[in-house]
Amino acid sequence: MAHRWTNTLTRADATPKAAWLNRRQIMAGMGGAAALLAAGQGRAQELVPNTLEQISSYNNYYEFGVGKDDPARNAGGLVTQPWSIRVDGLVDRPGDYALADLLEGLTVEERIYRFRCVEAWSMVVPWNGVELADVLAKVGVQSGARFVAFETVVQPEVMPGVRQRVIPFPYVEGLRLDEAMHPLTLLATGIYGQPMPNQNGAPIRLVVPWKYGFKSIKSIVRITLTDSQPPASWNIINGREYGFYSNVNPEVSHPRWSQASERQIGGGLFSPRIDTLMFNGYEAEVSGLYAGMDLRANY
Amino acid sequence: MAPAINRALRHVPAWPIYGLGAAWLAWLFWQGLTGALGPEPINALERRYGEVALWLLIAGLAVTPLRVWSGVSLLKYRRALGLTAFGFVVAHLLVWAVLDLQSLSRIGGEIVKRPYITLGFAGFVLLVPLAVTSNNASIRRLGALGWRKLHRLTYAAVLLGAVHYVWLVKGWPVEPFVYLALVLALLALRLVPARRPQGRPGPGAVVKG
Repeated sequence: MAHRWTNTLTRADATPKAAWLNRRQIMAGMGGAAALLAAGQGRAQELVPNTLEQISSYNNYYEFGVGKDDPARNAGGLVTQPWSIRVDGLVDRPGDYALADLLEGLTVEERIYRFRCVEAWSMVVPWNGVELADVLAKVGVQSGARFVAFETVVQPEVMPGVRQRVIPFPYVEGLRLDEAMHPLTLLATGIYGQPMPNQNGAPIRLVVPWKYGFKSIKSIVRITLTDSQPPASWNIINGREYGFYSNVNPEVSHPRWSQASERQIGGGLFSPRIDTLMFNGYEAEVSGLYAGMDLRANY
Repeated sequence: MAPAINRALRHVPAWPIYGLGAAWLAWLFWQGLTGALGPEPINALERRYGEVALWLLIAGLAVTPLRVWSGVSLLKYRRALGLTAFGFVVAHLLVWAVLDLQSLSRIGGEIVKRPYITLGFAGFVLLVPLAVTSNNASIRRLGALGWRKLHRLTYAAVLLGAVHYVWLVKGWPVEPFVYLALVLALLALRLVPARRPQGRPGPGAVVKG
């Protein structure tokens, strides 16, 4: 089942780090005008994977605080070993699986994906992970299952955001079964070939590249197959702003801000804004999942 | 205690507030340029300028209640606090418009379509006449009473700023709500009948300098 999807973005797309830094310095030097000119050029030029430093220092992981640098600062205490995942609901082989057992025999691939936050910033991340479909095949999805529910770990003693109850915890998310089975949908265990940093959702997290980042739930401890739509944290907190689907869509604004454009992290103070792509650039791969659906109503 | 503090403050001029404010503003910009504000400096700088503006506006709003309830008078620093706050508001607005949105059509669209931005922008508009009249010549021209009336716009502007902040965040972070509570408390104190210490001027009195 692995290798069902091939990167159009590969490591070959990555500008050597020295050249990338040099380019940034030139851009900074020439100031905003140059940056605005660069914005008019093709999108392909923007598809440069972010550095591990950037990817692991600018995070939304509210269990560790609401600031973007809070997770990097506070997540060091997260206990990720041992790690077990409870698999239950409409599955043939429910149980508490040790992480290694759940991944045994599966192929870990590198997938370079665009990652688009609902807050209108984005990154390009070289994930390492297995297809969620392979994991689901392993536990045996029963015929009545239509959705997959996920839950993030809660370790209050090391999670200041949980103690302050900035949002209700545990964080939960969900996908329709066909979304979960899609070859793009990944359970990621690393970045740049290194184990997943705690602040990025160690030891295992979901990655659904055509949806806003908050759908890609971190540090998963439970996967449940259900016959009805499971609750999703931001949808519960503010359903008017965050729908269950939350597919990246430049034409449907967040009620408080536009989703038509975004800024890729790492371009400095004069970083250009770029147009957001339908389904975050994965339209060809996933639009079939939503054929006939009103994407404005099912935001 | 209060008279002693007031006596000591007589020798502390207000003008260094402008210099410190400008230096702080430039320092934050420098941090953004050099990466010290993290990998997404535009949003960080926008946020910091907005926060500092709110702190300074709240400080300005605290001057009168402090004098009424404790007798400590910081009146001579209020103009510098207000004008420095305005400088940070302008910087906040410029970062948003020039570095963040980068296009006039986006700027216009956001001001019209996004209520939190509409509110924030309205707050800025209210502050403009206050900044323009924060000088002795304007006080003479408007008369103390007229000037004081005009400058009550501060109350609305600061409240708009605090609501603007609360409205833009996701979830329930502590900070913006603390600022809003402070603003509401400082405004509410003005409704409490003043038990003002004998022989001191009224709460809205204009002090030059």
